[in-house]
Amino acid sequence: MAREITAGELPGPITREQVKQLQRKNRRENLGRSWYKFSRNPLSVIGGATILVIVLVAVFAPWVAPFPEHAKPFTDFANASKPPSAQHLFGTDEIGRDILSRVIFGFRFSLTMGIVVLTLVVPTGVVLGLLAGYYQGSWLDTIIMRITDIFLAVPSLILALAIAAVLEPNLFNAMVAVSLMWWPWYTRLSYGLASTLRNEFYVTSAETLGAGKLHILFREILPNMTSPIFTKMSLDMGWVIIIGATLSFVGLGVQPPRPGLGTMMASGAKYLPDQWWIAVFPALGIVVVVLGFNLLGDGLRDLFSAEGV
Amino acid sequence: MAKPLLDIRDLYVQFKVYGGLLQVLDGVNFRVDTGEKVGLVGETGCGKTTTMKAILRILPEPPAVIPRGEIFFKGRDLLNMKSAELSEVRGGGISMIFQDPTAALNPVFTIGQQLDPVIRYSSPQNRRLSKRKIREEAIVSLREVALADPDRLLDSYPLQLSGGMRQRVCIGMALATNPELLIADEPGTSLDVTIQDQVLRLLRELVEEKQTSVILITHTLGVVRETTDRVYVMYAGNMVEVAPTRKLFANPLHPYTQGLMQAVPKLTGGGIAHGIPGRIPEYLDPPPGCRFHTRCPQVMDICRREKPPHFGVDGGHQVACFLYDKDAG
Amino acid sequence: MSDEILIVDGLKKHFVIGYDGTVNRRPITVKAVDGVNFEVQEGETFGLVGESGSGKSTIAYITVGMYQPTEGTMHFRGEELFARSLERPLHLRKEIQIVFQDPGSSLNPRRTIKQILELPLRIHRPNEDRLHEVMRLLDMVELPVEYMHKYPQMLSGGEKQIVAIARALATNPSLIILDEPTSALDVSVQGKVINLLIRLQRELGLTYLFITHDLSLMRNVASRVSIMYLGKICEVAEASRFFQNPQHPYTQMLLSSIPVVSEEEEAAKPEKIESTGEIPSPVNIPTGCSFHTRCPHVMDICRQVDPVMVDTGPGHTARCHLFEQPAELAAPTLAEHSQTVAASK
Repeated sequence: MAREITAGELPGPITREQVKQLQRKNRRENLGRSWYKFSRNPLSVIGGATILVIVLVAVFAPWVAPFPEHAKPFTDFANASKPPSAQHLFGTDEIGRDILSRVIFGFRFSLTMGIVVLTLVVPTGVVLGLLAGYYQGSWLDTIIMRITDIFLAVPSLILALAIAAVLEPNLFNAMVAVSLMWWPWYTRLSYGLASTLRNEFYVTSAETLGAGKLHILFREILPNMTSPIFTKMSLDMGWVIIIGATLSFVGLGVQPPRPGLGTMMASGAKYLPDQWWIAVFPALGIVVVVLGFNLLGDGLRDLFSAEGV
Repeated sequence: MAKPLLDIRDLYVQFKVYGGLLQVLDGVNFRVDTGEKVGLVGETGCGKTTTMKAILRILPEPPAVIPRGEIFFKGRDLLNMKSAELSEVRGGGISMIFQDPTAALNPVFTIGQQLDPVIRYSSPQNRRLSKRKIREEAIVSLREVALADPDRLLDSYPLQLSGGMRQRVCIGMALATNPELLIADEPGTSLDVTIQDQVLRLLRELVEEKQTSVILITHTLGVVRETTDRVYVMYAGNMVEVAPTRKLFANPLHPYTQGLMQAVPKLTGGGIAHGIPGRIPEYLDPPPGCRFHTRCPQVMDICRREKPPHFGVDGGHQVACFLYDKDAG
Repeated sequence: MSDEILIVDGLKKHFVIGYDGTVNRRPITVKAVDGVNFEVQEGETFGLVGESGSGKSTIAYITVGMYQPTEGTMHFRGEELFARSLERPLHLRKEIQIVFQDPGSSLNPRRTIKQILELPLRIHRPNEDRLHEVMRLLDMVELPVEYMHKYPQMLSGGEKQIVAIARALATNPSLIILDEPTSALDVSVQGKVINLLIRLQRELGLTYLFITHDLSLMRNVASRVSIMYLGKICEVAEASRFFQNPQHPYTQMLLSSIPVVSEEEEAAKPEKIESTGEIPSPVNIPTGCSFHTRCPHVMDICRQVDPVMVDTGPGHTARCHLFEQPAELAAPTLAEHSQTVAASK
């Protein structure tokens, strides 16, 4: 008969407080190491810095923008269509609004689009893929993945346009449209990851110990899926922003007079090439934010896949 | 005394990482003569793979840094060569067999498709040969490694072969270029004992036939005893002992070597020795003096301060240990 | 007199890995385990030796509940392990634990050592102070308590394996299956892990099912040894008999091929039998005795009839036509063989 491991005195002089201190020390070290790895690629750092600046600028837009009221309904025909100058760094548009301020507020729409869409899409898509992958071969897998396939079979932009056209055109509905076409990609990604990970020995170990399925799915498998998912999320931010801008450009997203970047490009397009600044600066805004997310995403991917030396 | 085929002198290799510099190789000396079979024994993390990669110049630099040392191959320093000259040496002069034959073969190409470029680029005259001639050469290589039905094998994919066959294909590939030096990194570890036995036997025969020199890297002492003429024992970036194989097994001198020999379970029974207590030192901040001193059962004061040089003990047998300093008081 | 803690009877595990042909699709089966019988005594270390494809790991996985057998039964202290079709009850899960071969993949890299050790405690011993117990476990396996906040990647191979052992101990099991516990470790660390296992066995009264391909290691840990080839057991004997007097030709071949480090060991090995040919794939097991394609003593009957296990000495059984009674064999040359064998005992 195996003897019970009975509880006795606590071994050694270590206390709970010391244990917590150790935890903090380990976390700090891990962060330091991650930063070191990340910072070895200067482009990723540039990407990260760019995004940080844009986020701060967007959050503090009313204080950063030189003419915050120009983001609301405003006209000043006396100052209309002025080229970039010291007072209006990006020039003014056809109604006299400062483009720099509007671009800054425009970032708000873009980032909101990205954040809201991903917040909706990632949990749903990942959980579906996780379930399908873990129960690979079952009816649950079949149902989930075939529905995913159906959504993926339709060209995404067309789908987004169709949905947005059916609904009333505004930012909220644009986000709904993009979300509906975006979730399958996360399901696909998670499915691949989960179906591979479920064969890992640490998962088997938890299963043979009798761990509940929720624990296995969310505490054993999911934490090992985060790296590719975070990388994709970062790269996706750029894509979602572009699709959002595209929808606004064709009139299905942010409606004028609100300063969506795509919307601004649409109304400024007819003034090309003479009053080029009206369309070009919003476009540059999109370029910079998407490029920033792409560089950041590349850096994250390298960080997660790099082996420690 | 003939010039050695490979002569590594005082090699230092470091890696730049978070937190500083990993001082992996700490003055490595290593020599292989023509036609010799030399064993390199060491455990995980001792630096043996780093040494071999340094020879072939396949260490990524950065983060690797080679501040000191020379690697002479046939008299020329590999560390100073340009990449064009190096390509000639790799493949033509030095070939390598890796530990896991499954990982060494590309699963989406047939054996023939993988052997073709190896043979084709192994010498200038081979470049002009027709596909059929190269295939004939490939069949010859496969026959030499005792693979049955080489013609069908050339059209097979690596995953259709057993582990032993894959390893033999890798050996065939390595020898197809007629190298003067073959580096075999744990050639039998992923194989079953009976198959490993076959593969090592084959290696011995081929090496005898072609007078190729071999460096056999392994952490299994028994393999070294059967297959080599001379053995180096490596610990934490240093060669701690070198001797002709028979001598080393009959009389291991360095405390680490002795610890290893004791730690191996014996077929004759007798229980399991406790192994060697402690861990390999941190390469970020290695201990002063002898790198083994923190685990050495016979450590002395001087070991903590100074790094031991090699002391000769009856010719051919050298130990890096102050216990054998005949001049010491 | 100790009882049997585990009784395995007629165990088979076949995997269908695909189908052959287009019209009459015949299943391609891997017969990983193909009729295995053995008993493990309470408190002993029962060794299972074999090369790849032998089925030893499959037996481990069946015993711990990862696979359901295709046929046959397994009784733990009289209780049938596979009585109910799918879920093994908690009280049986608690009793039978496993330590896997590769410490690198048996510990979740995203969980701390504390979390890894807490899992079995949460499931099987929910009413106890978990932090306290984790510290106890680490202390019992001689690891510093601070390790509980580390992630597996920060530990060496040996330390990871020791954590895996601690995890197996967390449920107070009676039987621990050790599937190549030190094969991935350096020899200088192996001793520490094995000696830890031996000490724990003594202190806690554990029974081990010890699986390895390393015969020298087996010699020093097992009380009884069995050797498998392509899904069947070839020979079983008490450890010293197994190594000093191996009967089955495969055992002899294996023993003669292992690399050893001393002259004494060299002398202890049976006469060299050179291994020829490949190990057949478990998809295509040879007819008759599955070893006949590589056996130096192969006879006609070996190609047609699969031998059964017979007694060849006290506590010693082997499955080979060489040991069957002369009356059961046909030609004179076969009788000659068995006479030689009887004379050598």
